[in-house]
Amino acid sequence: MKTSLSWLREYVELPADLTAARLDEALTNLGMEVESIVDQAATVLGDLVVGRVLTIEELTGFKKPIRFCTVDVGREAPQEIVCGASNFAEGDLVVVILPGGELPGGFKIGARKTYGRNSHGMICSAAELGLSGDHSGIIVLPAGSQTPGVDARPVVGLNDVLVDVEITPDRGYEMSVRGIARELATHFGVAYTDPAAITFPVGTADAPWPITVEDTVGCDRFSVRVVRGVDPDAQSPEWMQRRLIQAGIRAISLPVDITNYLMLEFGQPMHVFDLQRLRGGLLVRRAHPGEKLTTLDGVARVLDAEDMVICDETGPISLAAVMGGETSEWQPGTVDVLLEAAHWDPVMVGRTARRHKLFSEAAKRWERGVDPQLTLASLEKAVAILVEHAGGTVDERILDIDHVAPPAVIHLPADLPSRIIGLPYGPDRIAELLTAVGCTVSGSDVVPPSWRPDLLAPIDLVEEVARLGGYNDIPSVLPPAGASGGLTPAQRRRRSVGRALAENGYVEVLSYPFVTPATADQLGLPTGDPRRSAVRLANPLSEEEPLLRTSLLGPLLGTLKRNLGRGQRDVALFEAGTVFLPRLAAAAPPVLGVDRRPDAEEWAQANAIVPDQPWHLAAVLAGDAEPSGWWGAGRTASWADAVEAARIAVSAAGIPADRVTVRAAEQAPWHPGRCAAIVVDGNVVGHAGELHPAVVNTLELPKRTSVMELDLDALPDAPVIDAPRISTFPPALIDVALILDHTVPAEEVRAALVEGAGELLESVALFDVYESSQLGEGKRSLAYKLTFRAPDRTLTSEETIAARDAAVAVTATRFGATLRGA
Amino acid sequence: MSYRNDPYDPKQAALLDPSSLEELIKLAEVAFAEEANTLDELRALKPVHLGDRAPVSLARREIGSLPPHAKSEAGKRVNAARQTVQAAYDAREAELEAELAARILVDERVDVTLPWTRRPRGARHPLTTLMEHMGDVFVGMGYDIVDGPQLELEWANFDALNIGPDNPVRGASDTFFVDLPGLVMRTHTSPGQVRTMLTRTPPIRVVSPGRAYRTDELDATHSPVFHQIEGLVIDEGITMAHLRGTLDHFAKAMFGPDARTRWRPHYFPFTEPSAEFDVWFAQHRDGPRWVEWGGCGMVNPKVLVACGIDPAKYSGFAFGMGVERTLMFRNGVSDMHDMVEGDVRFTTNFGMES
Repeated sequence: MKTSLSWLREYVELPADLTAARLDEALTNLGMEVESIVDQAATVLGDLVVGRVLTIEELTGFKKPIRFCTVDVGREAPQEIVCGASNFAEGDLVVVILPGGELPGGFKIGARKTYGRNSHGMICSAAELGLSGDHSGIIVLPAGSQTPGVDARPVVGLNDVLVDVEITPDRGYEMSVRGIARELATHFGVAYTDPAAITFPVGTADAPWPITVEDTVGCDRFSVRVVRGVDPDAQSPEWMQRRLIQAGIRAISLPVDITNYLMLEFGQPMHVFDLQRLRGGLLVRRAHPGEKLTTLDGVARVLDAEDMVICDETGPISLAAVMGGETSEWQPGTVDVLLEAAHWDPVMVGRTARRHKLFSEAAKRWERGVDPQLTLASLEKAVAILVEHAGGTVDERILDIDHVAPPAVIHLPADLPSRIIGLPYGPDRIAELLTAVGCTVSGSDVVPPSWRPDLLAPIDLVEEVARLGGYNDIPSVLPPAGASGGLTPAQRRRRSVGRALAENGYVEVLSYPFVTPATADQLGLPTGDPRRSAVRLANPLSEEEPLLRTSLLGPLLGTLKRNLGRGQRDVALFEAGTVFLPRLAAAAPPVLGVDRRPDAEEWAQANAIVPDQPWHLAAVLAGDAEPSGWWGAGRTASWADAVEAARIAVSAAGIPADRVTVRAAEQAPWHPGRCAAIVVDGNVVGHAGELHPAVVNTLELPKRTSVMELDLDALPDAPVIDAPRISTFPPALIDVALILDHTVPAEEVRAALVEGAGELLESVALFDVYESSQLGEGKRSLAYKLTFRAPDRTLTSEETIAARDAAVAVTATRFGATLRGA
Repeated sequence: MSYRNDPYDPKQAALLDPSSLEELIKLAEVAFAEEANTLDELRALKPVHLGDRAPVSLARREIGSLPPHAKSEAGKRVNAARQTVQAAYDAREAELEAELAARILVDERVDVTLPWTRRPRGARHPLTTLMEHMGDVFVGMGYDIVDGPQLELEWANFDALNIGPDNPVRGASDTFFVDLPGLVMRTHTSPGQVRTMLTRTPPIRVVSPGRAYRTDELDATHSPVFHQIEGLVIDEGITMAHLRGTLDHFAKAMFGPDARTRWRPHYFPFTEPSAEFDVWFAQHRDGPRWVEWGGCGMVNPKVLVACGIDPAKYSGFAFGMGVERTLMFRNGVSDMHDMVEGDVRFTTNFGMES
């Protein structure tokens, strides 16, 4: 909402010395967001003076008419100025900016040579001064009205302060000078005059034009007056044009300008019809589905059954409350006008505006709520201005179809404001504040004014009390502390896992979860892979990426590529976030109301349609896991790093190592020979390893790029760890090298050794893997260091060897292992 | 071997003469000091001056040949001489050991400024750590941290929060819809609070940090995917003063003792009265100033009713702020792209804390 301080001052007695900062503070504390407060006088810098044109010399030989003028600007010598406009004559008073000045937009004025002459300054148009969009010629002031040399700012109206505020959706009344002035009067405690509090005639038995309102829900008030024989060439008065321009509204014609002016001043949108173009009586009704109407913007619109229309015998002529139609609107030459001021259902207008994407100034006000008691006052003032400036005969008949329901009484419990605000508010203070905004207060019964359709419930009144009482007077008091259970196990796990991976060299990223449908193919997911079933956004920002990720890998690999593209060579990334897994049998959601909580069954049914969104964890590595440097060679990242990352994560999640196993797996997008399933308590919780070479090729990734992805939510809760009993007796260390078929997984050999060694085994560590033809075809040697220890004694060598032999025996029976060198 | 029965021989006993003893002590002392420059050289001198054939040892042997009355005194003299030689040896040995130790330290000197970057540093995303930091402040105030699904029931994201079917934010120009009816990408983390109200009974103190989605194109200050932290307190007797106290405390916990909040009346469907609030941020890189931080208000009774809480008995407050916005002014991040693109050069800078 844009307006000017001078307009506001007409209705509120603001302090004379009101500064922009104080005005800003007042508007802000009233709940309006101040976009700008602009002192117009400061928009034109330097000398802007009235001048009288002394001589005009027409310069020829240029593409357009150019005039070389001498202008009396109140100085000793006339000012020589070249001017491209020709709407003035010798002796006219004009507005001149002298060299050294600056016009809005930073346009600096100097003395310069142009069209072969020296020009010292510029004769200004209204557009150049930022007063209007009128470029048609320079400003010519009324003859004899000014003396050359005086400051032209007050003369042209460049002495106002422009105010631009954003109005919240609940406060339609603030979309008017009437409303803002009232708020400021309350804030400053100064006198206020309601611009709409004028005397006006009420509806008559006879209507000036036959009109029927068929749908009084969509339109609960419809008022009309008629003026015939107006001067079609009458111009809007300069003051009105200026205020419209200051509000950002183009001046069009007197009748249209009047309706816009009153929309700004009262907040009542109005409409002007050309009476002679109406065919028969008017009917206000819902549109028929599929009905067509060409609106003023030239767009042929197909109407919806919810839209309201005004029709004559030819059908719809206006899309009610939003935009008029081409066939009935005022047009140049119109002499008989029908002025309409109505009250429309805000919900209907909002839907119509969105449906047709027509967000007019009128629609903005309707949606926020318009005072339904303004129609007759608006018509009265409109008619008065029209007749004053364009003559004509006012039809004394007035139509007023009124189905407006009076505002309901709100019962405000006396203690509610204090209970909610936390400051004591007595009944007198509450009544004072509510009365200031127009409410009628009688005990605890409050009747809101007609312009406050937002005041419906006691809490709405509490908000008014708090707002007008001052938010910043509310004390700062900590509430009693609650009883927190601390972080949940899942929250602690996510933190631990994130820290562990970061400590191990991985950099966290937070990718968008949007993926392209090609991702599934790029990752080589087989037909039927559940990860191919993704939720699709109905309105994605990019048509290329309409799907929600079912795996973190797609977006994460994208982030990897972005880093590589920016010159990074060795990159290790991780991401923890949700994936979106649609449920196969998604039923229609139940309809839940808001007048009570959904019962358990409704809530369960509703949640049954919500896709599973487990937290996943993924990591990706390319380049060197350890860089080369002065210490020696680096180490290329490999499948093993990915598996280690998974192990680090599972360990950080609090899962003891003896519950975690790794086994070979074949799972896209991994290399089938270099993919490990990560298994906790026998359940696969994720995979790790090197990417499939085909995936690496397709995505143009560095060779050997390795990744892991875990379902964090599939991990069991971290157990309470039983403290180990620490033996103080010495360990017995013994190495075994086993020759096995190379296809036997090391993990299984380890498990067999543990199983066979019994309770004396403290730890087992694989320290060498050796393959050689000397061992036999397809054989390899795995060398383990076994550490034995007893809780209560020093082990004898016989005991140790017996335990070792038992361990080896299991590997022998299970895998045919033989002791190397035995 | 025993010399007890050796006959007395005055010639041999000459070594027991005090001046002779002085002489041999001097010899040893000079040898240790001048001939032994290393521990090995010193040790080579040990048999010469303290060994079995050393003069002091030979002198001791001569004691047996003395008449009984002289034995005691000579014995004392020889012992004293031996102790003196031994002490000289020990002193020199300690000196050489200290020299050796010092030399080893010099020899083993390395250039400790050589960069050891063998294990590359990782980092956590500053939005993650900032959210954790914020959450921890509230846990300290007795809140639980809750979350909910990001692809959320439209009812929980909108209707239950008094955002009616005609509210424009429910349009496709603000909200992401999916091919499943009744679901939206949550536009704020508030539906997580709706879920809390449905599953817990007051008193409720929860804070919900997390991701939210709106159909804004990515630019310097907007992202379609962003993070919020929102709080909700419901109990008997909760007032706007409590809300103010909470926000002021939170501001101080995050930004230091000078921080405080300033409120501006505003409109949100889910709270009434509602406010937007600024925080006094003394550490701003362009000087101390008020910075827009978030929105807050008293939970609208309609929300309480939809979530099964009696507004006649309970009242509550809610607040929320953007995590990206907070990181931007707190850490001087100037472009949203930096927070969403995942460039390791941005994130590595933050390490383990933001």
